[in-house]
Parts: sequence; C-alpha cells; structure tokens
Amino acid sequence: MRPRSSTGTTGTTRTATITRPVVASLAVLAVAVLTACGAKVDAAGGGASSSAAAGCVDTSGDAVKVGFLNSLSGTMAISEQTVHDSLQLAADEINADGGVLGKQLEIVSEDGQSEPTVFAEKASKLITSDCVAAVFGGWTSASRKAMLPVFEANDSLLFYPVQYEGLESSENIFYTGATTNQQIVPALDYLAEQGAKSLFLVGSDYVFPRTANKIINAYAAAHDIEIVGEEYAPLGHTDFSTIVNKVKAADADAVFNTLNGDSNVAFFKEYNNAGLSADDMPVVSVSIAEEEVGGIGVDNIEGQLTAWNYYQTVDSPENDAFVKAFKAEYGEDRPTSDPMEAAYTSLYLWRAMVEKAESFDVADVQEAADGVTFDAPEGTVVVDGDNHHVAKTALIGRIGDDGLIHTEWSSQEPIEPDPFLEGYDWAEDLS
Amino acid sequence: METLLSQLFAGLSLGSVLLLAALGLALTFGQMGVINMAHGEFMMAGAYTAFVIQGLLGDPGASLLVSLPLGFLVGGALGLLLEATLIHRMYRRPLDTLLVTWGVALVLQQVARDVFGAPNVDVAAPGWLSGAVTVGGLALPKTRLFILALAVVCIVALALVLRATPLGRRIRAVVQHRDLAEASGISSRATDRLTFFIGSGLAGVAGVALTLLGSVGPTLGTSYIVDAFLVVVAGGIGQIKGTVIAATALGLLQSFFEFSTTASVAKVLVFVVIVAFLQVRPQGLVSVRTRSLA
Repeated sequence: MRPRSSTGTTGTTRTATITRPVVASLAVLAVAVLTACGAKVDAAGGGASSSAAAGCVDTSGDAVKVGFLNSLSGTMAISEQTVHDSLQLAADEINADGGVLGKQLEIVSEDGQSEPTVFAEKASKLITSDCVAAVFGGWTSASRKAMLPVFEANDSLLFYPVQYEGLESSENIFYTGATTNQQIVPALDYLAEQGAKSLFLVGSDYVFPRTANKIINAYAAAHDIEIVGEEYAPLGHTDFSTIVNKVKAADADAVFNTLNGDSNVAFFKEYNNAGLSADDMPVVSVSIAEEEVGGIGVDNIEGQLTAWNYYQTVDSPENDAFVKAFKAEYGEDRPTSDPMEAAYTSLYLWRAMVEKAESFDVADVQEAADGVTFDAPEGTVVVDGDNHHVAKTALIGRIGDDGLIHTEWSSQEPIEPDPFLEGYDWAEDLS
Repeated sequence: METLLSQLFAGLSLGSVLLLAALGLALTFGQMGVINMAHGEFMMAGAYTAFVIQGLLGDPGASLLVSLPLGFLVGGALGLLLEATLIHRMYRRPLDTLLVTWGVALVLQQVARDVFGAPNVDVAAPGWLSGAVTVGGLALPKTRLFILALAVVCIVALALVLRATPLGRRIRAVVQHRDLAEASGISSRATDRLTFFIGSGLAGVAGVALTLLGSVGPTLGTSYIVDAFLVVVAGGIGQIKGTVIAATALGLLQSFFEFSTTASVAKVLVFVVIVAFLQVRPQGLVSVRTRSLA
C-alpha cells in the first residue's frame, strides 16, 4: 500500500521491529480463514444430505422463524432500510392476526451491508444456523445472484421484492417485484407512444443495468428508436459531470436511468446544474421510488418520470390501509414505495402459500404456490407457479412537487410475468 | 470544441474536489507522516455539520456560509481529540497508526449511522448556487465554480499560514527537523496538535463542500480517502505544491479518460498511470531535498 513511501525515510531498523506484529496478525488471519472454511464445509455437508437442511426448520413450537436480509448499512441502505421496515410491519400484522398456521413469526434480521458476498454469507447463516422457514430480502441483482446458489444448494426459499432484469427463474426464489415485461417494456412502450426517437442510457455498472440495457437495445432496434449513448458508473460513483456532459452533447429525446442507490442524488444534482430539465430531456428512472425522492431532493427531480407497479398515491382501500398502518408505525413523514409494497405483499403471499399447503415444508410450499392470490395495495396479485413471478399492473408516474409520484399512464390490467420475454419477437436473441 | 471545454472544466472541478479532500491530508500525512485513515470520516463529520446547521437555520444560503467555518471547527476538534488520545502515542509506529485510525473510522461511521440513521440525507443547495453560468455557450454549474473557488481560497489561506505566520514557521521547522526545532525552544507537541487541527479542519470544510454535489451518508468519506491518499503520494510527500499539481492532473486525467472510455475503465486507467508514474518517480512529483541517503 501507499504508506511505504512515508516510512521509507525512517530507516531500515523499523522493518525488523514491525515484522513480528505483522506475522502475528497474519497467523490470526489464517486461523480465522481456516475456521470460516470449516464452517462452510459443515454447511455444504448439511445441504448435501438434503433433508438435513429442511429438517433444521423447527415447527414444533408455537412460533416459526423467518429471516429478513436487507442492507442496513452501505450505499444501498437508503433503499433497503425501507423494505426492512415494511417487512416488519407485515410480520407484526400477521402476528396480530394469529400468525401463520397458528404459529407466531419470529424474525431473525441480518444486515447484507450492500455487499453481495455478505448477502450470500448471511443467507447461509439464516438457513443453516438460524433454521428459518423462508428468507425475505435482497435488492441489487448482484445480491440476488450471490444468494441464488445458497438457496438452491440448501433447498430453501427466498422472497425477492424488487423489480429486476428478468432472464431468471429459480425454484427456490419467488420474485414479487416486476420483471422486465412488467416495467421496462411498458416504460419503452410509453416513450415510443410519446414520440421518443432517441434514448440515452445511464446505469450503474453491474448486472441489472447491463441486462436491462441489452433489452432496451433490442427493443429500440425493433421499434426504430436510436440509442445515442450508453454509460455506466461504478456503484457508489459520485462525480457525474463527465457523464452529464455526454448526455448533454448527445441531446436525446429522453434518458433511461438504471442507476442504483445514492449515485442518483449526484446524477440529478449534476443534471439540474448543467441546465437540463424534465421539459427538454425527461429522465425515466426504474430505481427511484418515493423514499429516494426525499434523499435526492424534490427540487432536483420534480417532473421526471418513473416506471413502477405501485405508488403511494394508488387509490384503493387496501392501499389506504397499508399507507395508514405504515405511517402509524414509522411516522407521518415516511412514504411508501413499490419495493416496500412488494416486500409487504411477499410475506402475505408466503403465508397464503403455507396455509394452502398446510405445511412449512419447502417442497409443499412450491407445490401450492400456483394461483395463490393476495389483495395487495397495488391491486390483486396472482402467483405464477411455473416461473415464480407475479402478475402486476405497470404504472408510469411523474414526480410531483409534493415528493410523491402520480400515475401518468397505466397498463390498465395486470401483465402476466414473462421473465424470458418469450412472448416478444424482438427479444428472441436475448436469452 | 465545446464538449472539450466543458470536459476541461469537469476535470478542473474534479481536481478541486480531490484537492479539498487531499489538502488536509497533505498536512497530516505529508508533513507529519501520520497515516490517518479516519480523514474521510472527518469529511463525513463536516458534511453532517452542514446537514444539522441547515436543519437549525432553514435557509440554505445562510447555513452554507455558517457551515463552512463550523465544519472546519468540527473536523478540527475531532482531529484534535484523535491526536491527543491516540495518535500522539504512536508517532514512531506508522503501521499501528494506520490500523488504529482505520478502527476509529469504522467507529465514527457507526456513530453517524446510529445518530443520523442509515439512509443518506440531502442538504439543499442555496438558490444562488443552483443552475449554471453560461460563458460563450458553455454551461458551468455554479456549485462547481463555488467548490473551485473554495479550493483556491483554502490553498491560499494554507500557504499564507505556512509561509507568513509564526505558527507556519514552527510547523515547517518541526517537519524539517524535529529535534533541532525543539532545541530552538519550539514545543513540538503544541505544534503537532495545531497542525493536526488544521489538517482535520480542512477535511471538515471539504465535507461541507461535498454536500453540494451528492448526498450525505455515513460512508461518504470512504469514497474519497483512497483518492486523497493517491493525490498526496503522487504529489510528493511534504509538499503542498505537489498536492495541488497532482490533484489537478488526476482530475483532468480521470475526466478525459472517462470521456473517451467509461467511468469504470477510467478509474482503472488512472490507477495504472499512477502506478507507472510511481515506478519512475517513487518520491512523487515534487520532493523535499534532504541530505539523507534514503
């Protein structure tokens, strides 16, 4: 590391004295690594004998454990804390309502720390050491991709509440957020309908934006839309002057934004400061919900577009009850958002599946999943037993000066999930 | 041409941000040789100072102007505390300082998380800093001009303090030869403390400035600490001049690489350039001439 050049002048005797502590700490580190490996071997062994992992879930008492795994620290905490809160709300409501199959939910919370590797580690801990019946959480696709092999190897269940790039369907994951044909494709339909002929793509440098943009490129090629630029910023990137310069120079009809986390704040501040606005070049974002609007600052983002399946402003009795309960629990100033709603819904869907199966067993729940419905705040959702996604209505919204998002355009009815875009001719070469 | 100019500005602007982040480090690391990994967290403390002040005063313009000196005091006070409790015990053990201050950095991050919550918060920019100044078709964001000006002010102030005040003379004397300075009646303890106070205070100022560009979160400092060390090392230890040149050069390099490639690749290229440069010139751009053989 860098420090060496500073110690260089202090002479060679120093090196001799440092060596011992360094060697000692290396030894400690080696032991720690070895123990960690030992634990991993045990876990894999438990998974291999199949029933061991499933049998680990204790349903004999009057409580059953479920795991919540969200980033409560790091760059994603701004978003994932809210999902954690609404999961907690759903659990409290279900417990007050008599629990699941008469058993109270006992929550085990873990912090994914915005690190995919930590997500995998904590997922493994929740399944094999806490013996939870199901895990709820994850946000970035990187975290989901990291957890997927853990859930498959241990044959356990993950409920993933965030819109994502599709092209995935695991027996062990239920996707309660939108897949591409329920969010990105409708957003592109909307832009095409509005007469957009050119698009600039801005995204964080990881799996979701890259895959999403591949889909957008395929769509654009088939619909006579020109992609005039495609830029990626590392997660957590905070200097957007160069990217905004490129956007400005390209002068597209609209910008499609797949940035994640607090990069959005820096991007929109820069966007405004460079003199760009929603009027001359609207930005459609797929990762900015009500909660993030506050963090970005309403002034910086007012009038811009978003694509989701739920907004706090959705008008339904279920949503009124959800919003009221959430505000009563966490404060009047806390908004509700799409991923929060999808997370809230995911816990209820799991309960419905368990009660339909009359069992907490993973195989029974998977068996019972098809056709399970829940009157969610966004409207009634139905689980597709084949691809483990849910049917959802797409909503394009505009961010108002009140910091809330108001529906501008709706697909009117729930869109059947199609994670591999098999029903779209232009998407043939994607999967 | 216009894009080239606005890229040039983006580079200078990034350079000024890097400079603000690295200036305090140039004092504490460059002059005193203390590897302070908590420097980024002092920036974070400055940024949260701006957030708290804005909550108290309401008006973004007034609170920005109050936050700048207050951020300096908060950062400086934290630095003083760290120096007095931990760092002064290990001036002769640089590697231990690295570990200890890194631990302090983690503690400070968690404190911020517990006090202000994990989600990032936003500090509104004053009205007179929103939008851009247009010079011949070139839109220069006012916030970036402000940060550029702030960096220049900090540099000039620091240069004045170091060159034209008795304090600056003492600092330079202690840096050049601690024992001789002590023999001449200078209290090196007091000088160390003051140097550390100023260096950490500058981190606080940088933190306040950063609130104009992005959001404020517990990990704000971590994204700048590596770049700040890079600037100081590439610039040459112990020379403020080198830090200024290195910050500008790295800012320009980063933004031009980013323009011709992508943000991720640009980062890699900048690292490659620095590594190659340090192979040729391990002492950095500007080095102190000494009689020692090392």
